[in-house]
Amino acid sequence: MPTRSPARARRPKLAVWKFASCDGCQLSVLNLEEELLPLAGEIEIANFLEASSAVIKGPYDLSLVEGSVTTPDDARRVQQVRQQSRRLVAIGACANFGGIQALRDLMDVAALQRTVYAHPEYLATLSRSTPISAHVTVDLELTGCPVDRGQLVEVLTAFIQDRPVRLPQHSVCVECKRRGTVCVTVAPGTPCLGPVTRAGCGAICPAYHRGCYGCFGPVDGANTAAVADRARELGMPGRDVARLFRLFNTAAPAFAKEAAHHDA
Amino acid sequence: MSADRLEVLAADDFDVLVRALAEGGREVLGPVLRDGVIAIGPVESAADLPQGWTDEQERGTYRVQPRADAAWFGYAVGPQSWKSVLFPARALLWSGAKGGVGEHGVEVSAPDRSAAARPRALLGVRSCDLAAIGIQDRVLLGRPAVDADYAARRADVIVVAVTCGFPAGTCFCASMGTGPAPRTGYDLALTELLDGEHRFLVAAGSPRGAALLAALPTRVAEDADRVAGEQLVASSVARMGRWLDVGPVPAALRGALEHPRWDDVAARCLSCGSCTLVCPTCFCTAVEETTDLVGASAARTRVWDSCFTPGFSYIHGGAVRQTTRSRYRQWLTHKMSTWVDQFGTPGCVGCGRCITWCPVGIDLTEEVGALVGAHVDEPQRQDR
Repeated sequence: MPTRSPARARRPKLAVWKFASCDGCQLSVLNLEEELLPLAGEIEIANFLEASSAVIKGPYDLSLVEGSVTTPDDARRVQQVRQQSRRLVAIGACANFGGIQALRDLMDVAALQRTVYAHPEYLATLSRSTPISAHVTVDLELTGCPVDRGQLVEVLTAFIQDRPVRLPQHSVCVECKRRGTVCVTVAPGTPCLGPVTRAGCGAICPAYHRGCYGCFGPVDGANTAAVADRARELGMPGRDVARLFRLFNTAAPAFAKEAAHHDA
Repeated sequence: MSADRLEVLAADDFDVLVRALAEGGREVLGPVLRDGVIAIGPVESAADLPQGWTDEQERGTYRVQPRADAAWFGYAVGPQSWKSVLFPARALLWSGAKGGVGEHGVEVSAPDRSAAARPRALLGVRSCDLAAIGIQDRVLLGRPAVDADYAARRADVIVVAVTCGFPAGTCFCASMGTGPAPRTGYDLALTELLDGEHRFLVAAGSPRGAALLAALPTRVAEDADRVAGEQLVASSVARMGRWLDVGPVPAALRGALEHPRWDDVAARCLSCGSCTLVCPTCFCTAVEETTDLVGASAARTRVWDSCFTPGFSYIHGGAVRQTTRSRYRQWLTHKMSTWVDQFGTPGCVGCGRCITWCPVGIDLTEEVGALVGAHVDEPQRQDR
């Protein structure tokens, strides 16, 4: 394990990996700006193609893995990533729940290929988009679409200092109340996934008078049925309630199960 | 409000009071219309008040509406209680930096509490919230471990209460014995009268309030003024949307710990924590430890927590209260029963916020009624 001794022989090595994803979480790493220089002093950014084409060989002390597994090649590659990583952190909605591309799970993938591509015969794709944890052991899940930069810094800081990571387990409602945001469900009557969604974003959407759309994924024990009932009471058609749960974390079990109840 | 020493302040002279409160740079906070609700914000003159607005509150729903008249205090309590001012969501407890001369080479600094300790005037405090401040005083100041941040914020506060003339559908202070007229815990108490001349009954509740009152351009209240004030209180009691026969509740809840209603409410409850965070008496907090990236500095911050979060009851090996049933039961039995054992009063003041601001509209009075068999759906009073 890394120690905080100044006499440390070497900085721990960091790798950042991409699977099926939009690169937004990797950009969150690059967006750390103020923290990047001190970070580079504490940790060796050894393999991060989005930032530099210079790659230092593994093994790596810490791997941040973005994206879901959607191809046979990625299914093999994720094994190699795990083998080279002492600690593996899945970052973002794709890596943790399969991402928005997991909407394919509900469709005929062959038909989609024929619709989109002139030569689908060149494609090798899996029928489902699966999270990293479906393939290898994940040491920590950092959710969000994209991940929150404050939480990212917390994960890196905790790793560098070899202390437990502090990530909230509570709902977005707690963040709204702490920052003094008026509840969008109670006051204007907007359906909101905040009560069943993991905190971490700082409750951004309700602060702009929008309902939370659950991009940080479900809290443990999420009472999705009660939130869905409330959305329908507020006038949302069942089809839209299903869509509310079928977004960036469509394949998260709690959301997938609830959405299925509202298919027309 | 005490029946003697009643004065009358014309609405036209209200800003004399606001200016007197603001003297010496004191921050005056009161009700303001913001983000579609009546929130707490800076008040520089009567023009900042939600004049001509009211609120409609029911379980899980809140809307502001224009009033037929131009009342300045013609609404009930908003989403925030004064807890947001006196016991805010975050407070730094201490910070430290390596390389100092302190123990272990760490220099620990007490937080700068000058902003917290800024003199404030709270304008428009309702009687339910007065009771809540009294409860938080007992919890946070009245025990051996005094909360330093709360003490700093509480040290120089002028409280200007207002009689609640237009309670909401979720209000039940009259049944909790905490309202709707302010009785204690204020420096000045106002009652807004709209019949005839727009004016305020003013009573002092402390030497400081008496000094403030003496400097205001008031006249002595006449019988007609007193009667108008009494009528407002009576009509307020009659309008109160909910009623809870609280007397037998603490004992009855002790006998209802395995009631099937806990499963019923758990099926509806989101365990989101909203009820506890809008509650003006809930005081539970967590401590967040943070360090900078290189480990040169650290800080400890007190943050609002809730007995509905998984982390709240986490101890070695896991959370003690793993189910929503156990969390809701913990909250309600503490609020309405064991709080009495602990602090001498219920933890509930009847403000109704937990009912209004529950995203799925769970009603404390209904749940207590179902659990102890004492619920009254419609207020059973002589006036109905």
